[in-house]
Amino acid sequence: MVTNKKMREKSSGTSSLKVNADIFAAFFRIGMLGFGGGPSAIPLFHTEAVKKYKWMTDDEFGDTLALGNTMPGPIATKMAGYIGYRVNGIIGSIVALVAVTVPTVLLMILLLGALQQFKGVEWVNNMSAAVVPVVGVMLAVMTWDFLKKSGQSLGWARAVLFVLIAAVLMEVLNVHPVFLIIAILLISLLSFKKGGAS
Amino acid sequence: MIYWYIFLAFFIPGILGYGGGPASIPLVEKEVVDRYGWMTTQEFGEVLALGNALPGPIATKMAGYVGYMEGGILGSVIALFASVAPSLILMILLMVTLLKYKDSPKVKNITKLIRPVIAVLLGAMTLQFFMTSVDTSGSVQTVILIVISYWMLEIRKIHPAFVILLALAYGGISGFL
Repeated sequence: MVTNKKMREKSSGTSSLKVNADIFAAFFRIGMLGFGGGPSAIPLFHTEAVKKYKWMTDDEFGDTLALGNTMPGPIATKMAGYIGYRVNGIIGSIVALVAVTVPTVLLMILLLGALQQFKGVEWVNNMSAAVVPVVGVMLAVMTWDFLKKSGQSLGWARAVLFVLIAAVLMEVLNVHPVFLIIAILLISLLSFKKGGAS
Repeated sequence: MIYWYIFLAFFIPGILGYGGGPASIPLVEKEVVDRYGWMTTQEFGEVLALGNALPGPIATKMAGYVGYMEGGILGSVIALFASVAPSLILMILLMVTLLKYKDSPKVKNITKLIRPVIAVLLGAMTLQFFMTSVDTSGSVQTVILIVISYWMLEIRKIHPAFVILLALAYGGISGFL
């Protein structure tokens, strides 16, 4: 369905403009609302790309996020650039990148002088601080979504086991997620069993 | 030559920094402060602190700002390109390859096995955000904000944009209450 929509909208110029406007609006919002750097914008990417515009499914979003984490560089621009590319090719990718980075860079350049005066002013710091728990809630909801999906596809016993293994490796033993994700890629691609018990 | 240095200064952290923008900030500092001497450690710290108060990805805000300071608008564009393009091109190539085989059982298996890992990563981030909030805003404020934002986001289904703007407004006036 996504590809049909993509084809249809690619075929005519006016709707391509509409697509680019949608892409710009989505990633502009993500850039301007993501307080706390790129990773804190992940729930916003999910809201825009999956829930609002339906550019990708939950699963595709999860895969994109996972692969994005295996590669170096800022996560927000990898997500924006890739989602933009999927929706409208190279142009879409550039529109998404510009929308997610340029407005906040401009703010930074323009406001830095003015902000120096506000440095340490309590109410300014309080503003950013109040957003932190809101992002926490969005992350918690997404965490639960992924847990639920894991339970449905792997069975709850195996899902809980995998979650525990992943938690111990990454959070207790401090194994970098890159290694875990690469290991999963290799195991899945090299295994000759179909391994599709659900 | 300055443009080449700007490119290198942001290309290297972009290609070595795993874990998103915030993880690459120490690498950026190493280039900007230690290697090229464009800023002192203290200046870098101040710019970083202000950058963190503004919305948007931190890596690109730092790149765009430092690039602008050292090389004007062109410098800013080059710094942004260097920090963003290499990893994005890799990402697109890999995803396009993977999507080509998306119906193969092996690729479907990847999706299945990766979900628990993503859940743990997101879960860890959730905890980190809640703990940061308890540190900066106190546990009472944090719990109140969590309950209200959950109610707005998940029960009333209000768009996150409004909830974030409300939180900003609340934060701004909370000191005067």
